[in-house]
Amino acid sequence: MNSITSAFERYGGINLLPVLLALIAFLLIGSPSTWVTLTVAGLAMGMMIFLMASGLSLVFGLMDVLNFGHSAFISFGAFIAASVLAALTAWVAADSVILNLLALLLAIAAAALFGLIAGWAFEKVIIKPVYRDHLRQILITMGALIVAEQIILAIWGGSPISVPRPHFLSGSLIIGDVSIELYRLFAFVLGLIAYVSLYVILNRTRVGLLVRAGVENREMVEALGFRIDRLFVGVFVLGSALAAIGGAMWAGYETLITAAIGSEMMIIVFIVIIIGGLGSIEGSLLGAIMVGLMGNYVAFLAPKMALASNMILMMAILLWRPYGLRPAVK
Amino acid sequence: MSDIAIDTNANAARGRTGRLVVYAIIGAIGICLFLAPFLFPDVRSQEVAARICIFIVLVASYDLLIGYTGIVSFAHTMFFGLGAYGTAIALKLMGPGWDAILLGGALGLVVSLILAALVGLLSLRVKAIFFAMVTLAAASVMAVMASQFSDFTGGEDGIIYKVPKLFSPATKLLTDEDGKVLRIFGAKANGKMAAYYFVFFGSLILYFIMLRIVASPLGTVLEAIRENEMRAEALGYRVVLYRTAIFCIAALIAAGAGILRAVWLKYTGPETSLSFAIMIDILLMVVIGGMGTMTGAIIGATLMSLAQFYLKDLMQLASEATAGIPLLPELLAPDRWLLWLGVLFILLVYFFPAGIVGTLSRKGGHP
Repeated sequence: MNSITSAFERYGGINLLPVLLALIAFLLIGSPSTWVTLTVAGLAMGMMIFLMASGLSLVFGLMDVLNFGHSAFISFGAFIAASVLAALTAWVAADSVILNLLALLLAIAAAALFGLIAGWAFEKVIIKPVYRDHLRQILITMGALIVAEQIILAIWGGSPISVPRPHFLSGSLIIGDVSIELYRLFAFVLGLIAYVSLYVILNRTRVGLLVRAGVENREMVEALGFRIDRLFVGVFVLGSALAAIGGAMWAGYETLITAAIGSEMMIIVFIVIIIGGLGSIEGSLLGAIMVGLMGNYVAFLAPKMALASNMILMMAILLWRPYGLRPAVK
Repeated sequence: MSDIAIDTNANAARGRTGRLVVYAIIGAIGICLFLAPFLFPDVRSQEVAARICIFIVLVASYDLLIGYTGIVSFAHTMFFGLGAYGTAIALKLMGPGWDAILLGGALGLVVSLILAALVGLLSLRVKAIFFAMVTLAAASVMAVMASQFSDFTGGEDGIIYKVPKLFSPATKLLTDEDGKVLRIFGAKANGKMAAYYFVFFGSLILYFIMLRIVASPLGTVLEAIRENEMRAEALGYRVVLYRTAIFCIAALIAAGAGILRAVWLKYTGPETSLSFAIMIDILLMVVIGGMGTMTGAIIGATLMSLAQFYLKDLMQLASEATAGIPLLPELLAPDRWLLWLGVLFILLVYFFPAGIVGTLSRKGGHP
């Protein structure tokens, strides 16, 4: 038993879990081409979920603030991107990659900008008065979530809104008998860029050093004369913008969105950060990829169990490691 | 020194009158609910009264968690729904009979207990915030499962079924000399009245059980855990076990309320017993009434239920009155009433975290 554990640790430890998951799924699915399609879909979904989850996890790690209203940014991001894309229909449908890309980037930028501004306002108005009071934090951010969802319903209405997908991303890549949707590749690449830049900021810059130190021990960093609360506002705003971008990408992925998108994604985001452990982006990435893969495999093998399977995964991991796979805070 | 003494005296006096006011309100609500079939014989008021009874129990059991012990759970509707669905499915499959209610209800209670113990032992060990997330995830998974296994649960449409003959409106409890249903103060003594009193006394018993729990040594330990977890642990109380125990008790009581709801409505669906909207209602009721007070549950549930039934009419009027102004009619539309409740909720948590009862009697809740 011990030799198995040490071998497991030597070859990457918990980082192997997604690979293990993919291998088990390969045996169960049988057909390699289906497996590749599902794996790519799972990875793309995981990356989009990572965008949504990373901010929440960092905010919690840094300031012990859990924002139940986080998913409001996801849904607002999705709806704003949908509106921008709908307004630029001519560009979206055009046969030129540049115009397509421009429309898509504009949509994502609009979502991100909203995330920045709304995140800042949200922090000032909603979160600031209830620092260090978990009970009221949960209640107030929950209230904010209700209000946000209702505002979306008031502005965009209750019926589903279709999101036009840019022309150059609407096809699929076909290699042999494997077909991969281009949009998924794009989502994967975007998520990877976000992860790498977050990783570089956190591990190679002075600000990142302070954030990591703050997650580890806030009082100590404050005693050394740094203003953790200002840093916190920055992280909060950045996290909100990332969530809005994630929402925008998700809107394009689903192509049909309703006001319930926020609360649906919220559950998945929670499962991800519980699996990954609070406060670390590595944990969030690991959790997001596992949840994405699990969701896609199970949706193929036993469609009705898709959401429940993630719940079971979470329970299993909590049994094994009560604080998640890679917690930065305990 | 003497100033402080006078001040505390004045405060105590104000608290005393406040408590008297609270008890007077509770008494009035209690009498109204007890005599509801006679005071408000129309169908809609009956619905409101039964809803208030059931929600008082549901909210009070939630308050055991959030107000007395300081744990935030979002899975309360899950247990409520388990009780309701257990009864509903049994009534559907076994036909209308008391055995179905007993068996289905018992099944719902047992499943609730097992799930509560499982969730509690798994996640009450770690931070409170973890627990909130885990319960939220568990509840939504349960809701999705209920809508997906539709051969069993009726999916989004829910289940319609018959209840024992005693509760059907055609049953005559008392007859006058002509053989017609006896009228007492204009209210027909029919099966509907029997059903209402089943709900009323069922709720009353559950409520008294909770009052007993709160007054018992267990209740004191729970409050100690809320105030200072470390100290309670240091005094030798196994915090995790106490938390899990109260979580299980609250789950059982919520499932009991679910059984009452299923019997009263003769219909069980996601909207009436499992949806997240109900969880939000419960949260609002607890906060409005006052966390950490059993009386708060009564006031909160009554106020919110009345508001839900009658606020929509008011908003309809406001929406029509502002028809010319952009966006405002949209925001005032009756469907958007949750928006205003949400705003109210945030303001309440900011400015009156102790709720109505807590503010009036100056005790309970968090400082």
